[in-house]
Parts: sequence; structure tokens; C-alpha cells
Amino acid sequence: MKTATTALLAILLLPALLLPVSSVAAPRDALLASLAAAAKAADPAFSGFSASRGEKLHVTRFAGGKAQTPSCTSCHGDNPRSAGRTPVGKPIDALAVSVTPTRYSDPAKVEKWFTRNCNEVLGRQCTPLEMGDWLSFMIAQ
Amino acid sequence: MNSITSKIALRPIALGLLVLIVSTILFGRAQAGGGHFYPPVADAQTRDECGSCHLAYPAAMLPKRSWSRIMGDLKNHFGADASVDAATAEHISRYLLANAGDTGGQRYGAKLLRGVSPDNAPLRITELPKWVREHRKISDAEWRSQKIGSKANCAACHADAERGYFEE
Ligand code: HEC
Ligand code: HEC
Ligand code: HEC
Repeated sequence: MKTATTALLAILLLPALLLPVSSVAAPRDALLASLAAAAKAADPAFSGFSASRGEKLHVTRFAGGKAQTPSCTSCHGDNPRSAGRTPVGKPIDALAVSVTPTRYSDPAKVEKWFTRNCNEVLGRQCTPLEMGDWLSFMIAQ
Repeated sequence: MNSITSKIALRPIALGLLVLIVSTILFGRAQAGGGHFYPPVADAQTRDECGSCHLAYPAAMLPKRSWSRIMGDLKNHFGADASVDAATAEHISRYLLANAGDTGGQRYGAKLLRGVSPDNAPLRITELPKWVREHRKISDAEWRSQKIGSKANCAACHADAERGYFEE
């Protein structure tokens, strides 16, 4: 009986102990999962996100958006582990999760900036595949 | 007994009152006196949404009618898309309009807004006559330099802008 209670307590407490980490990582995982479902729906051949495709998207200079900001690196800088700078001159914290651990933990914030910045750079919305690839790159950084 | 306790209790109160009076005078002077203190945005949501691309400009730096105009078209915001959902926009508007330079923030903003006619709703702080006058000595080359990049980049020159101080 006693061991059963201890085991039960351990099970109940475990998530609480993990909370500080999972409260940031869980929304990111959920976001990636919903992007994966959308990517699969768009293309049944979808077989997972690729960080290297994400890196390519991040550094490519596109012609469809605004002339002053042809690429994600125009504001975020060439190195995801370094700070960037907005056109007005305000510093932007590094995008790499290893440097800014709170990144991509608020789905509404992520969606808002994908909408703004993909329009700004590509002149269109990013696809779920592009967003998942890009996030995978930044999470691995 | 009674009179002793009341004496003991009164002394810290009197002392506290004195400190309060002195600091109110000093603080009040530092804040309102020079025309260089503008209370930084105190509302977290406004600071977040309006402070990611540039300094979250103090509400007291523009009149109410200017903030209304700015909040009325965030989709086409100086060439950027600053739009937010309706509830957030409503919340931010309420804060900015209540603390504008001709409403709650009048005590701080009145000087900067001098010379702006009531039927004019400027979209930029950097177009206010008083702002232009304060910055007239800065050369074109300086404005264009890499480090500054834009007149709207207040913090490049006013190191304490985030804390509300805009002295040299
Ligand atoms: C015009 C400047 C600019 C460009 C170009 C730009 N960004 Fe950003 N981005 C920002 C700013 C400003 C923020 C918000 C500040 C912050 O989160 O620190 C941001 C935030 C983000 C976020 C949210 C981060 C989080 O913590 O949730 C994502 C996602 C993002 N950008 C993706 C991109 C992608 C993808 C591109 C290229 C297609 C891109 N950005 C290009 C300025 C830019
Ligand atoms: C996506 C980026 C972005 C966001 C978010 C944003 N702004 Fe701006 N804002 C700009 C740009 C770009 C300019 C033009 C700066 C320049 O001239 O260099 C600007 C300029 C301004 C100016 C005029 C500055 C001057 O020249 O005096 C005001 C006032 C202003 N913004 C208010 C706001 C408010 C209020 C919000 C929040 C509701 C907001 N901004 C959110 C990008 C943004
Ligand atoms: C290129 C550097 C530079 C930039 C950028 C800049 N300022 Fe200034 N500002 C100055 C200097 C220098 C003075 C002092 C002028 C003098 O005393 O002759 C000044 C003075 C002022 C004053 C008057 C201070 C007082 O003591 O009365 C205010 C208010 C002010 N600036 C606000 C702003 C705001 C708001 C912005 C951004 C929208 C801004 N400044 C951007 C350099 C700059």
C-alpha cells in the first residue's frame, strides 16, 4: 500500500518537476506537430521536416518581397546565434533556441511574425512545410 | 505610557513624511522640469507590440488624435505590417489615448506638442516642430550613418530612451 502511494505520488509529481522545461518545449512540439499535419495534408508524400532546407530558406535572397529586405537575414543577421537589427535600428534577440530559450513558445507570436515576415521577404505566406523546416533549423541551432 | 508610545510612533511617521516631501519635489523636478522625461510605456501589451520594431514611443509624445490615426491603420504602418487582433488593438488604443500628450500625459508632453495645431494629427514624433527644432544641428550625414539609420531610432543617441530620458 505504502509503495503504491509512493509510486502514485512520483507519477503525479514527475510532470510538475519537468514543468520548467516542458512549459517552453511543449508548445514548440505541439506547433511542429500541427505544421506536420498541415504539410501532410498538402502533400501525402511529406516525410518530415528538414533543418537543412530550413537553413536554405533562412539565407535565400527572394525577389517577391520588399527590396530592402530580400531575406530573413536582412533583419535577423547571417548567424542565427547572434542578435539581429530591425530596419529602424532596434536589436533583435538571436533566433537560435540555444541562445534565446524562450523562442517559439507562444504560438500566436510565432504565427504573427511568420505572417508579417514571409510577406515582407517572399511577398506571400510561407507554407506549413517551409515554416516547419525553418523552425526545425532554429530549434537545432 | 500613552504619550510615550505616541511620541515613539510619531517620529518615524514625521521622518517618513519629510522624506516623501523632499523626494516628491526632487522627483517631480527631474521628471517634469527639463522637458526631457517622458514616462516609458507602462502597459505590457503595448510595450510588447509597439516595442518590437522600434522603441515603444512614450504615449505623451503625440496627441490623442495622432494615436487614433496610427491605430486606425496598422496594416499599412510606415511600410510595415504592424497589425494585431481586434482585442489587442482596442487594449493598446485605450492605453495610448489615455496617456497621450494632451490627455493623461499632458504634464510631460505639452512642451513637445507646442506649435501643433488642433486640426493636425501628425503621424510622426520626428515631424513635430519642437522635435525638428531640437534636432536641427544634426547633419544629414549623421542621420544617414550606419549606427543611426533612422531618425526614429531614438535610442541610438538617447541611451536612456527605454527608461524615458531624452537628454543629450
Ligand atoms: C523587417 C525585419 C524582419 C525580417 C526581414 C524578418 N524578420 Fe522575423 N522578426 C522580426 C522582428 C522585429 C521580430 C520580433 C522580435 C523578436 O521576436 O525578438 C521577428 C520575430 C520572428 C519570429 C517569432 C520568434 C518567436 O520568438 O516567436 C519568427 C518565427 C520569425 N521572425 C521568422 C522570420 C522568417 C522566417 C523570416 C524570413 C522569411 C523573417 N523572420 C524575416 C523582424 C524581421
Ligand atoms: C513590424 C514592425 C513595426 C511594429 C510592430 C510597429 N511599428 Fe511603428 N514603425 C515601424 C516603422 C518601419 C516605422 C518608420 C520608421 C522610420 O521612419 O525609420 C515606424 C514608425 C512609427 C512611428 C513614427 C516615428 C517617428 O518617425 O516619429 C510611431 C509613432 C509608431 N511607429 C508607433 C507604433 C505603435 C503605436 C505601434 C504598436 C501598435 C507600432 N509602431 C508598431 C514599424 C513598426
Ligand atoms: C542622431 C542622434 C539623435 C537621434 C536619432 C534622436 N535624437 Fe533627440 N536629441 C539629440 C540631440 C543631440 C539633442 C540635444 C539638442 C540640443 O540640446 O541642442 C536631442 C534632444 C532631444 C529632446 C529634447 C531634450 C531636452 O532636454 O529638452 C527630445 C525630447 C528628443 N531629443 C527626443 C527624441 C526622440 C523621441 C527621438 C526618436 C524619435 C530622438 N530624439 C532621436 C540627438 C538625437
